[in-house]
Amino acid sequence: MTGHAEWRDPVAVRRLAGEIARLDPGRPVKLMHVCGTHENAICRHGLRDLLPPWVRLVAGPGCPVCVCPAAEIDLAIRAAKAGAIVTTFGDVARVPARTTLMEARAAGADARVVYSVADAALFAAANPGREVVFFAVGFETTACTTAAVLRSGAPRNFSIIASHRYVPPALDALLATPDIGLDGFLLPGHATSVTGLHAYAPLAARHGVPMVVGGFEPVDVMVALRDLLARVGDGRGEAANAYRRAVRDDGNPAAMSAIFDVFELRDAAWRGIGTIPGSGLGLAPAHASRDATARLGLAPDPAIPDAEPGCRCGDVLLGRVEPEDCPLFGSACEPDNPVGPCMVAIEGTCQARYRHRGHA
Amino acid sequence: MCLAVPMKLVEVTGAAGRADLGGVRRAVALDLVPGASVGDYVLVHAGFAIQVMDEAAAAETIAMLREVAQDPDAPPGPPGDGGPG
Ligand code: SF4
Repeated sequence: MTGHAEWRDPVAVRRLAGEIARLDPGRPVKLMHVCGTHENAICRHGLRDLLPPWVRLVAGPGCPVCVCPAAEIDLAIRAAKAGAIVTTFGDVARVPARTTLMEARAAGADARVVYSVADAALFAAANPGREVVFFAVGFETTACTTAAVLRSGAPRNFSIIASHRYVPPALDALLATPDIGLDGFLLPGHATSVTGLHAYAPLAARHGVPMVVGGFEPVDVMVALRDLLARVGDGRGEAANAYRRAVRDDGNPAAMSAIFDVFELRDAAWRGIGTIPGSGLGLAPAHASRDATARLGLAPDPAIPDAEPGCRCGDVLLGRVEPEDCPLFGSACEPDNPVGPCMVAIEGTCQARYRHRGHA
Repeated sequence: MCLAVPMKLVEVTGAAGRADLGGVRRAVALDLVPGASVGDYVLVHAGFAIQVMDEAAAAETIAMLREVAQDPDAPPGPPGDGGPG
């Protein structure tokens, strides 16, 4: 399943590139993926160089850490300063709001990096005298894990800052934004393994824009792009599956029921993009007592700016500019000294491009 | 953070499992894959199995790839190694 050399077979990749080249519709085609793991795979394997010049494949808002608003990071920092132990994933702790969680820790606040929300809950069990807050960032792949822990009865001193985002409404919003002009979406393989393809079929039909879910090995990406471009060519606005070993039409129903037992869809802000209707996962009434901001009496501060001066993350997240178009890219902004979230996060488009510079 | 990897389930005890990837084993929560059993490949993300991989679908895709790679009528693609970097 994992060890098959076929997933990386260079001959198959070249043949697929040839098949793609023959799908030329005689006009430029703009495709978007919305997954940091896709961007890393595309950069690492130099796949953009194998595409014909009429295809432009841009990276969309596929990095959950990058789209988490600075005001929500600030809430986590203030929770730690208020005396709670704040736990979160490593990337999240390094993203700047006015400061970062890691900097707050250096200044004496208690912030800890965890690998899993389950570790955060264990931590709460081991520290019954302290409030342990999990700063819950991530798309549906991660939201289902947070939901599983809350549903299974975490310790009483465990609460969350609910910052999960849900991908399908974001694609709907991107397609409704006139100046982005997308001909098709490469759907994120792992997020779609949770929601299922059926979360996207109505969107593809309504907008008349094809969407194909793809995996993360070089042939997975190329097969998905081939299937997507075939649909662009004959104007088939439908959702299709090129990652069948991980994605079912109905996704993972157990994970989906966990998500929607614990959370409900709310309007939510995406850093650099703005508010997207129904794209956030807020705690449902039955789990509202797990809201760390209510427990600690914290309200978001709307004055926290999302963008550092000069940073073009917002335009990068919408595929309007390439990271290389940002004057700070690789000079004032590098992974060791990041200006914006797109350079901090492993899944950020700026970091992926930086790490694979000159490699393609 | 969103990185999810397929691993082979080698132990199942209720909702707790252990999964293997290339000889490295780690604990995996199985709350979200109630039907998973030993020998299944599961997609692991942030300590949780979030999906059971479909091995029949994987085999079909590999068969399709072998055809693509061997099709003598297909024109060669543009140059470039296209392989793992
Ligand atoms: S290179 Fe740095 S400053 Fe420029 S858009 Fe990316 S993260 Fe922002």
